[in-house]
Amino acid sequence: MFNKFRTSFLAAPYAVWVLICTILPLLYILGYAITNDAGTLTFANLLAITDPVHLKSLWLSVEIALSTTVICLIIAYPVALILHNLKISNKGFVVFLFILPMWMNFMLRILAWQIILSNNGILNNMLSAIGLPTIHILYTKAAVTLGMIYDFLPYMILPIYNALSKINDQVIEAAADLGANWWTTFIKITVPLSKDGIISGIIMVFVPALSSFVVSNLLGGGKVLLIGNVIEQEFTLARNWNLGSGLSIILMIFVLLSMSIMNRIDDSENGGMLV
Amino acid sequence: MEFIQFDHVSKSYEKQLILDELDLSVKENSFVTLLGPSGCGKTTTLRLLGGFEKPDSGKIYLNGNDITALPANLRPINTVFQKYALFPHMTIEENIAFGLNIQKKSKDYIDDKIKYALKLVNLDGFEKRSIDSLSGGQQQRIAIARAIVNEPKVLLLDEPLGALDLKLRQNMQYELMKIKQELGITFIYVTHDQEEALTMSDTIVVMNQGYIQQIGTPEDIYNEPENAFVADFIGESNIIEGIMIKDELVSFLGVQVPCVDKGFGTMKPVDVVIRPEDVELDAPGKGFMDGTITDCLFKGVHYELDVQCGEYEWLVHTTKYFEVGQNVSLNVIPFNIQIMNKPESEDEEVMKEDV
Amino acid sequence: MTKAKKGASYLYLGLVFLFLYAPILVLIFLSFNNSMSRTVWGGFTLKWYLSLTSNDNIMSALGTTIRITLASSILATILGTSAAIGIHYMKKRHAALMLGATNIPLLNADIVTGISLMLLFTRFTPLGEFSVVLAHIAFSVPYVIFNVLPRLQSLSEACIEAALDLGATPTYAFCKVVWPELFPGVLSGFLMALTMSLDDFTITYFTKGAGVNTLSTMLYTQLRKGIQPELYALSTILFLLAFVLLLLMNFKRDIKKEAK
Repeated sequence: MFNKFRTSFLAAPYAVWVLICTILPLLYILGYAITNDAGTLTFANLLAITDPVHLKSLWLSVEIALSTTVICLIIAYPVALILHNLKISNKGFVVFLFILPMWMNFMLRILAWQIILSNNGILNNMLSAIGLPTIHILYTKAAVTLGMIYDFLPYMILPIYNALSKINDQVIEAAADLGANWWTTFIKITVPLSKDGIISGIIMVFVPALSSFVVSNLLGGGKVLLIGNVIEQEFTLARNWNLGSGLSIILMIFVLLSMSIMNRIDDSENGGMLV
Repeated sequence: MEFIQFDHVSKSYEKQLILDELDLSVKENSFVTLLGPSGCGKTTTLRLLGGFEKPDSGKIYLNGNDITALPANLRPINTVFQKYALFPHMTIEENIAFGLNIQKKSKDYIDDKIKYALKLVNLDGFEKRSIDSLSGGQQQRIAIARAIVNEPKVLLLDEPLGALDLKLRQNMQYELMKIKQELGITFIYVTHDQEEALTMSDTIVVMNQGYIQQIGTPEDIYNEPENAFVADFIGESNIIEGIMIKDELVSFLGVQVPCVDKGFGTMKPVDVVIRPEDVELDAPGKGFMDGTITDCLFKGVHYELDVQCGEYEWLVHTTKYFEVGQNVSLNVIPFNIQIMNKPESEDEEVMKEDV
Repeated sequence: MTKAKKGASYLYLGLVFLFLYAPILVLIFLSFNNSMSRTVWGGFTLKWYLSLTSNDNIMSALGTTIRITLASSILATILGTSAAIGIHYMKKRHAALMLGATNIPLLNADIVTGISLMLLFTRFTPLGEFSVVLAHIAFSVPYVIFNVLPRLQSLSEACIEAALDLGATPTYAFCKVVWPELFPGVLSGFLMALTMSLDDFTITYFTKGAGVNTLSTMLYTQLRKGIQPELYALSTILFLLAFVLLLLMNFKRDIKKEAK
């Protein structure tokens, strides 16, 4: 249509933007990570991850992020499947209901979980009302995991739902036609064909779960120290930007590593957004 | 009871009636085509037989067994889908083996079957290829191979050639007939293409608005359409309102013409169908009616003419060229005049509306 | 689907919705609670809604939030849409490079994005509302680009050529052929940018500097001292506003369908 070469210059402002606001900041954080206060080159900030305290936080983060991701997947897949099979005219509305909670402030929603889970909170009141023993999970790993599942669940549901919508209904019928029962069709056709959605969902839940510090602050009550909390404290309380940057780089490497593992599983290469 | 039997089958979607009390029987080993315009219920009939839909009422029998409630995966019936519906994440081999793996056949058996099926559809050696690497026509062949390796009693084909171009379509028609001969199973074929239906099938079921309009051999359907819808849908026709004066004499457009039909009674309103290739042109005054050529188009094997006779414009096919404006007369031998009852019942009225 | 299976799947959906909306119900409940305590019900009141507008702290945070959200999402939409068009017409190799860079903010952990931007900004500009807007644009532009790009890819080149063939100038063709196809993508990109910006805490937290507070960061600092109940009221209003808007949109579509 229009002159391709000339039209491509519409992206020029964005190219400048990417250089300044995406690439440059990463160089900055790298610069801080490999220097000390005095500005001399050092790997101490990166190696600081081997400090037992930091290592413990990192493993705890990985552990919580993994369980969050797995549980989200287990909850979300049936939701996406049911939504997909729903025979109503305005499915979009129902799908929107999963995004709507984001319009209630994130901080307040997590705070509400604090209220629900606290020792004399709503959950325990309900449990004792029906004669069950109360549970004390606030300020534990379990509460942090629950908060993350709550916060990230929509990010797992939506990509899987989108992937399911892209499957040609006739393919599912063809499987039944060739003798496959519901379960075989699900395992051999539906799941492999929604793989892209599953992988996007896993990345979109695992990465923020690995680096979150707010949920653990609110529902962990300072007792659950994740790598995100350690980094935040280096910047706000300890004011050791170099150490904070070093740990951030380590976190980034972890994120990249987990993503390259996922990408290896997902052989199909498409340059689009992961949503 | 016939091999396949639909017994008073009704089906509606969102309050819209698609099939109304459909009765249909199909003989074993026949090649039956369901033919009709879109929305006539032909695909729904096929889907009911495949087990993808359940009828609202009525029963479906296969080989004497009631299969109405049997799910698709338990029916000895396989389908070739309109848009192929191959599994995109599997190789050709895996696609074809899918049904056989579910039946837990041995590895050797499956390998042999894949070889045999690929040979049958002329794609030997394509085992390891991916689906993306195939053209539309090749994908269609794989879809056929995938269905027939399961040795179904009935093969359903839902407009399988609709997405292919003309040349390929004609080749595939020929190949489908060959495959049918080789396998010796019942084919049920859905299409809206009358030429496809006339070429391939031994029985044609013409459908419209959820009702069967006519069942018969291709020759029957073409030469003796039972109502105006069939006449109009199959090939081109001159359909004229007329009055049956008595046996073997019909009046239309102000002239009385002898015909061969009997038993319509006297002075009964009827529809008269005359195929364009059955109209003979002669010098003015020699035929039963005079007219003027208003259009003449060369169509390759014949000329397509419009002849204005008073209010009515005739469609005529001839092998001779006529000038526009030339005066001619029309003639039809009595045998080629087809008389049809006017619709009386409400059902038939529906057919009429669509014409 | 059998009835039992259908019932079970509806029950399951219901439970998941309960899980997602339980905290929201709690917050709505609290906004009507005539007690400063978060766990004791002190009777029904509307006083938090009435005193909301006179709470300067909250009002200024709300103003900041609205300014940042609107400014960043509008700017991100403009920048992202023109970027998407440009990328679409680039050579494949260059486009892949641009898309790779665009994926960075999406895939990077929020905390790393926030910190890295903060490290950059502290060098060149005092932290404040301006730096927050820049930061929000940085993480919301990718959403716009990835919403607009598929629209461009599905737009048939033949349609544009047809328009030009029929005598349209390129500008006219853009307005009448390209833009109507693009618009739904631009709109959903804008709405996503808006939502992400409104819901963001981490990146704002690191790039805001002292004295500037959005609702999220204000809440974070109040967590230890105790939340001002007016915030429950404000959040309830915002949430219900979004909910009503969604219902209206749905209702309007239904009417359109009926009319058809």
